[in-house]
Amino acid sequence: MDPILSLQGLKKYYATQKAVDDISFDIQKGSIFGLLGPNGAGKTTLLRMITGIFYPDEGNIILDGKAFNPTEDIAKIGYMPEERGMYKKMKIGEQALYLAQLKGLSKAEATEKIKYWFRKLEMETWWNKKVEDLSKGMSQKLQFVITVLHEPKLIILDEPFSGLDPVNANLIKDEIFGLAKNGSTIIFSTHRMEQVEEICDHIVLVNLGKKILDGTVQEIKQQFKENIFSIETDQIDSITDNPIFSIIKKEGQKVFVKINDGNNSNQVLGHLIHNNNRIIAYNEVLPSLNDIFIKLVETTHATTRAFQNL
Amino acid sequence: MHKIWLIIQREYTTRVSNKRFLLITFLMPLLMVGFLFGSAYLSSTGTEHRKIAVVDPNGFIKTSIKNTNQIEFLFPENIDTNNYSQKGFTDILILPHFEKNSKADYILRSKKSMGLMLQNSISEKINAAIEDQMLQEAGIHQNVLDSIHKASQFAELKAYEDKGGNVSKESNAGLAMGIGYASGFLIYLTLLIYGTMVMRGVMEEKTNRIAEVIISSVKPFELMSGKIIGIGAVGLTQFAMWIILITGLTSVGMGLLPADLQHQVSSLQQSNGQMAGAGMAQASESAMRIYNMQHTIATANWPLILSCFIFYFLGGYLFYSALFAAVGSVVNEDPQDAQSLMFPITMPIIFSYIITNMVTQNPNTPLAFWASMIPFSSPLVMMARVAYGVPSAVSYWELALSMSLLIGGFLFTTWLSGKIYRTGILMYGKKVNWKTMIKWAFTKQS
Repeated sequence: MDPILSLQGLKKYYATQKAVDDISFDIQKGSIFGLLGPNGAGKTTLLRMITGIFYPDEGNIILDGKAFNPTEDIAKIGYMPEERGMYKKMKIGEQALYLAQLKGLSKAEATEKIKYWFRKLEMETWWNKKVEDLSKGMSQKLQFVITVLHEPKLIILDEPFSGLDPVNANLIKDEIFGLAKNGSTIIFSTHRMEQVEEICDHIVLVNLGKKILDGTVQEIKQQFKENIFSIETDQIDSITDNPIFSIIKKEGQKVFVKINDGNNSNQVLGHLIHNNNRIIAYNEVLPSLNDIFIKLVETTHATTRAFQNL
Repeated sequence: MHKIWLIIQREYTTRVSNKRFLLITFLMPLLMVGFLFGSAYLSSTGTEHRKIAVVDPNGFIKTSIKNTNQIEFLFPENIDTNNYSQKGFTDILILPHFEKNSKADYILRSKKSMGLMLQNSISEKINAAIEDQMLQEAGIHQNVLDSIHKASQFAELKAYEDKGGNVSKESNAGLAMGIGYASGFLIYLTLLIYGTMVMRGVMEEKTNRIAEVIISSVKPFELMSGKIIGIGAVGLTQFAMWIILITGLTSVGMGLLPADLQHQVSSLQQSNGQMAGAGMAQASESAMRIYNMQHTIATANWPLILSCFIFYFLGGYLFYSALFAAVGSVVNEDPQDAQSLMFPITMPIIFSYIITNMVTQNPNTPLAFWASMIPFSSPLVMMARVAYGVPSAVSYWELALSMSLLIGGFLFTTWLSGKIYRTGILMYGKKVNWKTMIKWAFTKQS
C-alpha cells in the first residue's frame, strides 16, 4: 500500500537551534502512527510543517502521492494542536460552524455534520452554551469533534488525552479506532507511552531534531528485548543463580531472570524442570516503550536541549 | 478570499451584537443632541428671573437702563439691604456716589448666588446705561442714541475667500477650527479605541489558544487582516449610525422647540437673516442663535470634509491597527507587557493630537505642513487643515501627497506587522521586546 504521507529529509532551523534536522519517514494509509519525543524534541515543529503552518527549509512532504500544497491540502488534514482553545464568549454551535467553514465546508454541510457528531457524543444540549461554561474535559471533546468534522484523510492529534477523565478518554479512543477503521490515518503525538502501546501501530521517536527510532511497536520491543523472563513458582527460594541465567529480582511468587549469553529460554525451562521446581507460569518480559524511551533519550544526552549558535 | 470573508463576518457580528457597542452607539448621539437642545431650551425659556432693586440716589441710570425678560431693574422707595427680600426682590444693587471720570464699585447683594454669565450681563447693562447717560449729558438726543444702538447690532464680520474671478465664498474661521478640532479629536479617540480593540482581539486568540487551531486552516496574514477589516467595519458602522442618529434627533429636537421660536427661525431663513426693523425686534435672541448656527454650519464644504474624514479615519486606523495587532501577537498572558509594548505606538498618536490642537488655530505653519504629510500624524493633522478648505488652505497636491503617503504607510505597517504576527502568534512563554519584533520582521521566517 502507498503511504499517505511521506517525509523526505525535512529540515527546519531556527536562529538558535536545529528544530528538525533531516527527518524522513512514511506513514501508511489507515494506520495509527505515534510520533514520540521528549519536550522540545521538535515534534511540534514537525507537525506544523505537516499542517502547512511552517515551510520546511529543506526536504519534501508528499501527501497522498503528490507534493504537499498547504493552501489546497489543508482540507484533507485535521489538526488538534497541543496549544488549543476556543473563543470563550462564542456559542459552541456557532463556533463549531465557524471553524468548520474555515476548513472549507459549506454552512449546510457543516451544520449537518456538527449535529451528527454532537448526537453521537451526547453533546446536543451544548449548542447554545458558551465555551466558558464547559469543563476542560468537555472542551477537549469539542476540540476533537471540530478536528475530525470535515472528514480529513489525515488526522493529527497532539496530546489528545491530556486533561480527560478515563471515561471520556476511552470515548475518544474508541472514536480514534473507528476513524482509522474507516480509512483515516491518524498521527498521534504524545509522551504518554502507555497510551502509545495501546493505540499505535507504528511509532517514530525523535530527539534533538533527529529520528532515533522507527518501527512497529512489536518490532521495537523485540529489538530492545534483553532476554528477561519471569518465572512464577511456589518454591521461590529454591531458584538460585546458575550458569544459564542470573536472577534480577524476586517479587512475591515471581522470579525475574536474565538469560546469560549463549543460552536460550528452553535451557532455562530444562534447568528448572531438572531441579524439580514447580512452574506455574513462564513468560518473556519485553521492555515497555517507556523504558525504551527513557533509555534512548538518556543515551542521546541532553533531555532538554541546549541552545547552539549556528 | 472566501475564508477571509468568514473571518471578517465573525469579527464584525460578534462586536456589533455586543451590548456595549449598542449602548455607546445609541447613547452617545442622544447625549450630544440632548445636551445641545437642553442648553438651548434652558437659555431660551430663561427659568431664572431676577428682580433687582436699585438704590440710585442720583437717578443716574433710572432712565437709560434696559430690562430684559430675565433681568428686571426696579427703583422702589425705602429699600435697603435688610428688607429687599421681604419686599419680593431677588437682589439689591447699590450705586455709589457717582463722580465723573472715575471708576467706582457697584455693590450687588443677593440671597441666591448668581452665575458668571448673569453677572457679566448685569455689569454690561450698567455700563451701557452710564455710557448712554454720559452721551446724553454731552448733548446727544435719546432718539438718536436709540437708532444708533439698533444699527450697531446689525454689524457682523463676514469674511469671504477670494477664489479668483467673481467667485467668493463665505468662510468661517471659528467653524473651521471647530470642525478641525472635532474631527481630529474623533480620529484620535477612535485610533486608540479601535487600535486597542484589535490588539485585544489578537491577544484573546493567542491566550485562548485558538490561534493555532485557526492557523491550521487559514494563513496568519488572512487571520490578521480579517480581524483588522472586521473591526474597521465596526468603526464605520458606528460613525454612520452616529451621523444618522444625530441628524435624525436634531430634526426631532427642532420639532420640539416652542412653536413661536420655530416660526421665527423659519422666517429668518426665508429672509436670509436680514429682517426689517420690526421683525428683527420680534426675533428673540435664541431664534437668532439657532439661525446663525444653521447658517454657519451650511457654509462648510461637508461632502469634502466627510469624505476626507472617512479616508483619514480608515487610513489612520489601518496604519496603526496593524501595529497594534503586531503587539497583540507577541504578548503572553501578562497585560503589563502589552502596556509597555503599546507605548511606542500610542506616543505618536498623542503627539499628533497635541499638534492638531495647534494646527486648528494656524493651519499653514511648517509644522502643520510636515505633520500633515507624515503618516504617523497625518490622519489627525490633515483633518484639522482640511477643515479650513481645499484648495484655499491645503492645495490639491498636498492633499494627494498626504493621502498617498498614508496609503503607502499602512501598506508598509501591514507588511511589517504581518511578519511579526505570524511568528508571535504561535510563540508562547517568551518575553519579546520591540528589538526582537523588528528582527523577526526583517529576517527570513517560516
